[in-house]
Amino acid sequence: MTVTDSQKMAYVAAQAADARVNLQFETEDGMTLNMGPQHPATHGTLRIVAQLDGEQVVRCEPIPGYMHRGYEKLCEVRTYPQVTTLINRIDWLGSFANEVPFILAAEKLMDVEAPPRAQVIRTILFELSRLGNISLFLGDLGIQLGGITIGFYAFRDREFVLNQIEAATGGRFHPNFDRIGGLKDDLPKGWIAETHRAMDRMRRLCDEFEELVLGNEIFQARTRGIGVIPADIATSYGMSGANLRATGVDWDLRRDACPPGLSYDLADWKVWTHPDGDSYARTWVRLQEVRESTHIVDQLLDSIPAGPIMAKVPRIIKVPEGEAWVATENPLGEMGYYVVSKGDLVPFRVKIRSASFNNISVVPWVTRGVFVPDVITIMASLYFILGDIDR
Amino acid sequence: MSELIFAIELAYWQQTLIKVLVAAVLIPTTALILGIVFLFKMMSWMQSRMGPQEAGPRGLLQLAADGLKFLQKEDIIPDRADRFVFKAAPVVVLASTFLTYVILPAGPDLIIENLPTGIFFAMAVSSLSVVGVLMAGWSSSNKYALMGGLRAGGQLIAYELPLILAVMGVVIQAGSLSMQDIVWAQADGSMFGFGGLGLPFVITQIVAFFIFMVAIQAELTQPPFDMPVAESEVVGGFHVEYTGFRFLFFFLGEFATAFAFAAIAATLFLGGWWVPGIDPNSALANIVGPIALFVKIMVVAFLIFWFRFTYPRFREDQLQRFAWKYLIPLALANITITGILVVVL
Amino acid sequence: MIRLSSADTPTTDAADEAVETVTDERREALLARITEVLGDAVVQSHIRPGDDLWVRVTREAWADVADASRNRLGLRFFDFLSAIDWLPSPFGRDMDAQEDLDADAAAAEPAPIVTGYAGGDTRFQLLARVFDVDEHIGVTFKADLPDEDLSAPTWTRTFLGAEWHERETWEMFGISFTGNANLAHLYLPGAFEGNPLRKDFPLLARRVKPWPGIVDVEPMPGAGDEGDSDEGGAS
Repeated sequence: MTVTDSQKMAYVAAQAADARVNLQFETEDGMTLNMGPQHPATHGTLRIVAQLDGEQVVRCEPIPGYMHRGYEKLCEVRTYPQVTTLINRIDWLGSFANEVPFILAAEKLMDVEAPPRAQVIRTILFELSRLGNISLFLGDLGIQLGGITIGFYAFRDREFVLNQIEAATGGRFHPNFDRIGGLKDDLPKGWIAETHRAMDRMRRLCDEFEELVLGNEIFQARTRGIGVIPADIATSYGMSGANLRATGVDWDLRRDACPPGLSYDLADWKVWTHPDGDSYARTWVRLQEVRESTHIVDQLLDSIPAGPIMAKVPRIIKVPEGEAWVATENPLGEMGYYVVSKGDLVPFRVKIRSASFNNISVVPWVTRGVFVPDVITIMASLYFILGDIDR
Repeated sequence: MSELIFAIELAYWQQTLIKVLVAAVLIPTTALILGIVFLFKMMSWMQSRMGPQEAGPRGLLQLAADGLKFLQKEDIIPDRADRFVFKAAPVVVLASTFLTYVILPAGPDLIIENLPTGIFFAMAVSSLSVVGVLMAGWSSSNKYALMGGLRAGGQLIAYELPLILAVMGVVIQAGSLSMQDIVWAQADGSMFGFGGLGLPFVITQIVAFFIFMVAIQAELTQPPFDMPVAESEVVGGFHVEYTGFRFLFFFLGEFATAFAFAAIAATLFLGGWWVPGIDPNSALANIVGPIALFVKIMVVAFLIFWFRFTYPRFREDQLQRFAWKYLIPLALANITITGILVVVL
Repeated sequence: MIRLSSADTPTTDAADEAVETVTDERREALLARITEVLGDAVVQSHIRPGDDLWVRVTREAWADVADASRNRLGLRFFDFLSAIDWLPSPFGRDMDAQEDLDADAAAAEPAPIVTGYAGGDTRFQLLARVFDVDEHIGVTFKADLPDEDLSAPTWTRTFLGAEWHERETWEMFGISFTGNANLAHLYLPGAFEGNPLRKDFPLLARRVKPWPGIVDVEPMPGAGDEGDSDEGGAS
C-alpha cells in the first residue's frame, strides 16, 4: 500500500464516517445540527452533532478525532527526552504543565530527584502555564457568550505571563524545558521581579473579569443553573480540575496527592470549591484558581533556594524496568501518564490520561434538553483544549 | 415649510434627483462613519487595542478598503439555495433602510418627504427588514442561516411592539405623527415656563427613551440581543452564506439602520435638528440643523455601541421573556400615564 | 539530593522512609479490603511503597470490580481505562530512535513477553485506574485477556465515563466490551483497518522515513540513483 493510497483511503473513510453519523441522526425526528469540525465555538476541530427539536437539544454528541495525532504510539518510538517535545502539544495553552507529569514519571522510575531549586522553579513555571491557560478561558468564555471585550483584556494580560515563560524557557507556547532530573536552564536575571509584576497584572485581570462578566446580570442569567453536573456524575465520568471542584468535591492533586518533584507545600494557598455544579460555578472556581495561582507563584518566587538546577543523570537516559503512574493538577484538570518501561531508551507504553477527554465525555449527559446557546455555554464552561481530547 | 431648499425653487424632477443623489451618497456614508468611529476606533479603545492603523490617516480609510475588498470577492451562491430569493434578500434589507431615511428631518426644510404619518411610516418600513432576513435565512439552504433567520424573525417581531409603544408616548405628547411636527413640539415646548431650552422629550418620556433604546438594540441585532447573528452559536446566522457585495449589503444595512434609528431617537427624544438659541424659522436652522442632528445622532449611537461592546448576549427565550414580561407592560403603563397627564394638564 | 539507585534499593532518607511506611500501611489496608470484597477475583497484586497499588483481577470479574470499587470500596473517581500490549515490538530496533541503532541488533528473534507489576499471563492486559477522592488513594486494576477472545465486560454501567475510554481501547487494541452498545470509532475514521496501538501495527511514518534523520537531506529530484532514495522521494 503506497502512501498516496493510504491517504486516499483515509479520506474516503473519513467521509464514510461522517455519512454514518449523519445517517444515524437523520433517521430520527427533528433536525440534526452539525457544529464543527469548523465552528467558532469549538476552538479546535471538535465536532458536535446535535439533534434538535426547535432550538432544544434532544441529543448531542461530541465527535473528536479530527486532530488525533497518535501520541501514545509515537511515544513508543521516541527516547524519553524526545517525548517531551510531543507532549508539549497536548494542551497547547499550558504546554509546560504537560511535560511535568511525564518527566516526574520518568524520574520516579529512575529514582532520580530534581534539586530543590529546580523543583521550585518547575512549580513556578507549572503555575505560570496554568495562568496562561486559564486566563484565556476567562477571555474565551466572554467571547462565547457575546461579550468580546473581556476576551481582549484577557489576551492583553496573558501576554505578560507568556513573556515570563518565554524569558525563562525561550518558548512562548512550547517550552520543552523540563528535563529528567531538573530543568534545562536557570532563570534569567531580573525574572523574579518581572514575574511579580505579571502576577499583579493577572490579579487585576481577575478583578476586571469579576466586574465585567461574573457580576453581569446577563452573564448570570446565561450560566446559573445551566449545565448542572452533580458530584457523583462528575466522578463517574472522571471529570477533574475545576469542573470537579465546581460540583463540590474538594479534590486538588496539588494539595492532596502532589507527586514528589513539585513543591506546592512551600506555599500557603487554598483550594476553592463551589456547591452548585453549574456553568457559573465552574467559571467562579477557575477565577479563584487563577487568584490562588498568582499567590502561589508570588510565594514561591520569594523562596527559591540556591543550588544546582540539574541532578546528575546519565547522558543517555535508560529508564529501569517498571511501571509508574504520575498525575498532576494541570490547568484543565488531572493529567496523568502511565509509563511502562522495559529498561530501554524508549518507553514501552505510555498511556496519556488527559483531562479534557473525560471532561468532554460528559457532554451527551449534560446537554439533554438544553437550548443551543446553552450548549455553547456548557462547552465553554467545561473548557476543553482540543489537543487535550484528541492527543 | 414649503418645498424650499435655500430659497431656490426647483421643479419636481430636480428635487427628486437631488433627493435620490443625497440618499444614495448619504446612506453609505453614514454606515461608513458609524463603522469607523464606533466599530473600529471606539471599540478598539474600549478593548485596549490599537484598531486599524495602516489604511489612510490613522486607519480611517480601513472600512473603505474593506468595502473595496468585499466588492472584489467571489460571489458564491450555494448550490441548493433558492437563487432568486437569495439574491433578493439583501436588497430587501437595504431597501427597508433606504425607506427609513425618507422621513428623517435634518432641518426645517431639509427632509426628503415630510409625511404626515412620518414616524408611523418609519416603524412600518423598518420592520420590512425582517422579511429580508427571513428570506436570507430560508433561501441559504443552511441550517445555521435558517436558525438565525427564525431567531431574527421572532426577535424583531417581539421588539416591534415595545418600540412602537415607546414611540406612542412621544406621539401622544407631541400630538402628531409627523417627524417635523415632533421636532417643532419640542422646540416650542417649555420646562416650568422656561422656554429657552424647549422641551426635549427625553425629559418627560425618559421611560419611553429607555424602552426605545433597548428595543432598537434588539431591532439592530446588536449585543446583548445579537442571537440571530451570534457567531459562536449560529456562525453569523442569516448571512452565513453571503459573500462579497451581497454581504456588503447586509453590512451597510446594519450600520445605516443603526444610524437611522439613532436619528429617529435623536429626533423623537433629543429635539432632532433643533438647537436652543437658533430660530427654527430662520435659514440658519437649515445649516446648523444637520450638524446638530449629526451630533445628537452620534451621542445616541455611542450609547448603542457602548452596550454592544459591553454586554454578553441573552438567550432567545430570555429575550422574549424580557420583552413580553417587562418592556411591553412598562411601555403600556407609560402610554397610559402620558395620556392621562396630557388630558389633565 | 541526587539519588541514583535501582528501584528496589531502600532509600537512605529517614524522613522519606517514615512517610513511606505510613502510606504503605494505607495501601496494605486497601488491598486487604479489595481482597475481602472481591474474593477469588483477585489474582495477584503489587505494592510499591509510598506510590501505588496494582491489583490483577480475573476477566470475568471485571465488571464487578468497577461496581465494587465505586459502591463498596469508596473508589468513586474514574481515572482511565486502557490496555497494554505486552508483545515486544516485532519490528526490532528500527522502530526505535536511530541513535539506538546497533548494526547487528536489527534482526533479532521475537523476545518473550514479559509483563509488568502484578504479573500477567497473556499478551493483552486491560488497565484501569480508579481513585478515592476522600481518602486520596488510588488503585490500578489489571486483567488478563486471552488472545482467542479479546473481550471483557463493560464498565459503563458503573462508570459512565468509561464509554469513551472503552471505545478508544476497542479501536486502538481491538478489545471489545460486552455490554457497551456504542462501540463506534472515536478517533479513527470509520473504515480504518487495524488496531494502531498493537505492537505489531507498524508506524507507517517510521517506515516511510527514518527518524531522526542524522543527515536529513532529501535527494534532489533528478539525482536519485539508488532505489531507496526513489522510494523516499515518492513519499
